Amino acid sequence: MPTRVHPVLGAFAALVFLFLLAPLVIIVGASLSDTTFLTFPPQGLTLRWFSNIFHVEAFRRTAITSLQVAFLGTALSLLIGIPAAYALNRYRVELPRWLSTLFVLPILVPEIVFGFSLLKSITIGLGLPVYPSLILGHALLVLPYSVRVVGASLASFDFSVEEAARSLGCPPVKTFMTVVLPNIRAGVIAAFILAFITSINDVSVSVFLTGPGISTLPIQILAHMEQFFDPTIASVSVLLMLVTVGVMAVVEATLGLTFLTK
Amino acid sequence: MNKLARWGLTMPATIAVVVLLVIPVLLTIATTFGEAKGPFSTYAAFFNSGFRRAVLYRTLKVALITTAISLVIGFITAYVIAQMPGRLKSIAIIAAVFPLLTGVVVRSFAWLIILGKNGIINDTLLSTGLITEPLSMLYTEGSVIVAMVYLFVPLMILTLTGVLEGIPRDLIEASASLGAKPVPTFLQVILPLATPGLIVGAVLVFTGSFTSYATPQLLGGEKQMMMGTFLYQRAMVTFDWVGASTIAAIMVVITIAVVTIMSRIARRLNPMAV
Repeated sequence: MPTRVHPVLGAFAALVFLFLLAPLVIIVGASLSDTTFLTFPPQGLTLRWFSNIFHVEAFRRTAITSLQVAFLGTALSLLIGIPAAYALNRYRVELPRWLSTLFVLPILVPEIVFGFSLLKSITIGLGLPVYPSLILGHALLVLPYSVRVVGASLASFDFSVEEAARSLGCPPVKTFMTVVLPNIRAGVIAAFILAFITSINDVSVSVFLTGPGISTLPIQILAHMEQFFDPTIASVSVLLMLVTVGVMAVVEATLGLTFLTK
Repeated sequence: MNKLARWGLTMPATIAVVVLLVIPVLLTIATTFGEAKGPFSTYAAFFNSGFRRAVLYRTLKVALITTAISLVIGFITAYVIAQMPGRLKSIAIIAAVFPLLTGVVVRSFAWLIILGKNGIINDTLLSTGLITEPLSMLYTEGSVIVAMVYLFVPLMILTLTGVLEGIPRDLIEASASLGAKPVPTFLQVILPLATPGLIVGAVLVFTGSFTSYATPQLLGGEKQMMMGTFLYQRAMVTFDWVGASTIAAIMVVITIAVVTIMSRIARRLNPMAV
């Protein structure tokens, strides 16, 4: 690409970035306002809305549920996704092509349809309790990340290294753990992060899988917003943005953020 | 042994997708054909109802407008990013990734503060005396579209930045050295090479906004019911599960049709393909 940009285009892009970031700055401002309603710019500065989060029991409880579901769901998806990604790359020629399509179905099928169908068939139909249904739903929702992102790093892995280890007498599982896995570490981390963040932000699947005493943080925020419109929501949002900042720092440190455009 | 290994390794994931996704979704679709009044009666009821048709048209319209606006904004921004020097480029990418990784609830909520009755826009306009009564901007098609564009522009920017960076520099230099001006180079070299990527981005945004739930729920409410919120309302508020399944089936068919047709077109239009 040439390196000269027309100033009009440059100004347009600057406005786009303003459009992208200003709403987030507004949330931060609103969370600090010393008023009982949401407003920007903040009138007076206070941190009491942040301490209020910890006094609202529902936020604390649903935040813990969200973290548990995201960890367990992501772990489960990696547990079944990594072997699948490995087999798809290692035995590419011998496996049918529909198999790799199957693993992207959770992205192709509308999330809200998936959530509704899961509730209908598994939670109500088979009588599986809400909490395990929620974990299974999230595991499936993020499975495409496990299979595809790990698959992308396996695609550049030289399987002859693995063959060498095997021919020197290393057993298959040990070979995978000590030879293959360290080489695809970046892909596994990336898959974990993308899956985790998708799970923790999910609304469309979780909205069907909440029951008495079980809800996730985004669903709780939606419910809270229907009753109260105070700065607590803004401060919860700021905490969630801090989680995002943390995640981005991890991505930058391990892989570099540019991997997201690849 | 090998055969066992390759099937065995894919088995847990295959079973999970089939049991938790394929069968439940097929069952949802199957229930819509089991009505006493005939196999297509629920679809006839859907398309005969002016209200339900309006929900479908509104959803398609909002998704199409969102896609079109996101394409234009995303393409221009990605074009600028692709030509930035390294350090500035990383900052730009961080600025696009950050909203993308922030949850949909948080990002939609921001627009409630901006567009609300006591929101920033109304406050500003009232205090400058431009208006005397607050404008009702929430719960309109416009508010849903603005929030959706906000939601999907980062995705478009990142997708298209990747696409534009993948265009070999040689091709552009060749075009320039053969005497082509920037505009013809753009129209005849860059645009055709970027078209498959533009289609991929458009499909992502279209299906994402067509099936969205949280944003229309928060910014559209009951007034601007869309397919996602309509499905939820039928399933969890009025407990009309056959009605909800009908909406689900229509959403699945439209989504899969758009993805299949558009990715086929994208493949055909790819000038780099052999």
